[in-house]
Amino acid sequence: MADALLLSRLQFAANISFHILFPMITIALAWVLLFFKLRFNATGDEKWMNAYRFWVKVFALTFALGVVTGITMSFQFGTNWPGYMNTVGNIAGPLLAYEVLTAFFLEATFLGIMLFGFKRVGNRMHTVATALVAVGTSLSAFWILALVSWMHTPTGFEMRDGVAHVTSWMEVIFNPSFGYRFIHTMLASFLTVAFLVIGLSAYRMLRDDITPAVQASLRLGIIMAAVLAPLQIFTGDLHGLNTLEHQPAKVAAMEALWETRRGAPLVLVGFPDAETHSNKYAIELPGIASLILVHDIQGEVKGIDAFPNAHPPVAPVFWSFRVMVGTGVLMLLISWAAAWSLKRRNGLSPFMLKALVAMTFSGWVAVLAGWYTTEIGRQPFLVSGVLRTADAVTSVSAGNIALTLTLYLLLYAVLITSYITVVFYLARQAGEAGSKTSEPTAHGPKVLAGKAATEGGHA
Amino acid sequence: MLEQAPDLATAAGWLPLAFMIIMGLAILAYVILDGFDLGVGLLLQLGESDGQKDTMIASIGPFWDANETWLVLGIGILLVAFPAAHGIVLGALYLPVALMLIGLTLRGVAFDFRVKARDEHKATWDWAFFAGSLLAALSQGYMLGRFVTGFTEDLWSYLFACLIALSMASGFALLGSTWLIIKTTDELQRRAITWAKRSIVLLAIGVAGVSLATPLVSERIYEKWFGLENLIVLWPIPAMTALTFLIAYRSLSRLPAKLDEGLRDSEWVPFASTVAIFMLAFHGLAYSLFPYVVIDKLTIWEAASAPESLMFIFVGAIIVLPVIVGYSAYAYRVFRGKATDLSYY
Repeated sequence: MADALLLSRLQFAANISFHILFPMITIALAWVLLFFKLRFNATGDEKWMNAYRFWVKVFALTFALGVVTGITMSFQFGTNWPGYMNTVGNIAGPLLAYEVLTAFFLEATFLGIMLFGFKRVGNRMHTVATALVAVGTSLSAFWILALVSWMHTPTGFEMRDGVAHVTSWMEVIFNPSFGYRFIHTMLASFLTVAFLVIGLSAYRMLRDDITPAVQASLRLGIIMAAVLAPLQIFTGDLHGLNTLEHQPAKVAAMEALWETRRGAPLVLVGFPDAETHSNKYAIELPGIASLILVHDIQGEVKGIDAFPNAHPPVAPVFWSFRVMVGTGVLMLLISWAAAWSLKRRNGLSPFMLKALVAMTFSGWVAVLAGWYTTEIGRQPFLVSGVLRTADAVTSVSAGNIALTLTLYLLLYAVLITSYITVVFYLARQAGEAGSKTSEPTAHGPKVLAGKAATEGGHA
Repeated sequence: MLEQAPDLATAAGWLPLAFMIIMGLAILAYVILDGFDLGVGLLLQLGESDGQKDTMIASIGPFWDANETWLVLGIGILLVAFPAAHGIVLGALYLPVALMLIGLTLRGVAFDFRVKARDEHKATWDWAFFAGSLLAALSQGYMLGRFVTGFTEDLWSYLFACLIALSMASGFALLGSTWLIIKTTDELQRRAITWAKRSIVLLAIGVAGVSLATPLVSERIYEKWFGLENLIVLWPIPAMTALTFLIAYRSLSRLPAKLDEGLRDSEWVPFASTVAIFMLAFHGLAYSLFPYVVIDKLTIWEAASAPESLMFIFVGAIIVLPVIVGYSAYAYRVFRGKATDLSYY
């Protein structure tokens, strides 16, 4: 039977992987909802309110999943990682406390008004409630990313008797990797939402549910994706250079560089082998890793061998990184193709719409892959250079952890299936309700998906 | 062992005390607020029609998210202010904590799924909502029971924890049904009165049983309550609890006749007296436990974080908590009165 350390790590990974899916949607979707609301207030055009009404349902469902999986996270520290709080509790504690105090209550309380209060508080207060929910979700991201970043690049503290004590809160919060991580993660959230909005809108178009609200949402999503995807690749590169400075072992694993050398090659694909410290079947571009990382084709890059007993496992970091970059490039290409098609042909072909539907949850893939790259890349430390993961684990028996892990996995499998099914069901239902009630279905050549979608409907 | 407080004029003396009070209030707020919405979950399957179930859910719709946040705050303060205790308590309660979390997850999502999923799946999500609420209520009571006995590993302690689990579920059902009396009308309101009368009897039996059994399973609490001077100072607590039970029961018995005459002004009395019962029980419990966070093992001063970290949170908490209470009160005011249909306007 596996030991408590491995099982606790698997359980934490399962919990946080499942949790992060939902905040990554609600953070940016809250701002998109505020955008819809403000456009409605400014123009009085009913299509913005219709878009709001549909997406607020998706938001409510996603938010509920985020809340309940977040509660699980808050217990995990004590149940599985008591050594974490015992060592760095003086730093992690206040940051988590501020997240609860400034963000959680704000989001949860005004969400109630945002969802159910429209008739009771009037339009202006309803807009304020929407704005407060958006501020709350982003504040929450601020605090938790400050803590996560501190675990990667800890500053502003001193160790006394094996316990971390704060010397400067400014240095703790604005630690060296925080700015990069915060921007990279926020952009990831907006891209995730852009593709979710695009995907469900394209899905509705394919079903001939072509209303002004659907068209406006699709257009907004495509503009967001086409602008943000290249920006994200650029900030990702800056984040990588920051990582090279502070966590060179992680970069060595991302690039599968086993030995420190000049003119290090970029390994495009290959199978890193921890036994032989080499890559099998590798396709390499000589000198390119050096060029990217130190901007000199003959520059020296540190390999895994420079970090004995203090480097992450290579293969998972190497592969996660490639999945993230690959998904990012795909998002860039498809959003530009869609934007071009919209501009030049004033519509999207059924094939393009289907491709966009397939990309609905592509943001999740990139987010998880990126998360694994950075978090597995921090191993074997829980807090870089301060606390090893193995030293923080619980003394709870492996059997108990195996039991709870199994229960969580079963529950999560049911929930993720239900979530995706219901989100698409909501999209179908919105179309059926829309054709019955006031919102007119647009027709004619001026329609965004115009001819193509009509053909798609007959196909 | 540090039975007495260190100098309360020092930060290391008063800060842990202040955080114990904030944590206590957060947990009390959680038990009462999430208690009524968990209670509505326990009663959901007693609703006769889909319409009644929808109204029951609508009565807690705008509130449950924020109510559950008090648990995160309470457990968050345990984590940040008393990290040593957090590890011991949650390590000892490993399985019930996991069951509670699964229960809370199930009901939290069922809440949203039931109105959004296809009609034929609605009954399944209703069932999940009930089962999740029951699992959460029982686990919470069981955890309290294990905590009070200091995690003692004998048969009586486990039975005692099970007794508290059942009492907790009855208490939540009472909170839920009296909440429904305020938020509903007609047929459903009458049914809620019946549910409340049954719950209050169960709760009274439970509280009496727990009161008798507590001194038997915990020597420390026995000494604290039955020492001569304390007996005189403390007798008002059980006396007031008994009185509050009587007020609640009497008001429940008279309510149907009053409603027949169209008199609605005493609809809030059963809920308010139930809240009073919870507050009194909490008060007695807090008195029994102080100054320990882990009974007979760890006092609040031994378990506390470094003063400079506590100070950093304290400043924020003092500024932000009144704001939270303010806008929570605003939200309850916005949704005052009878629950209407659950719809996004």
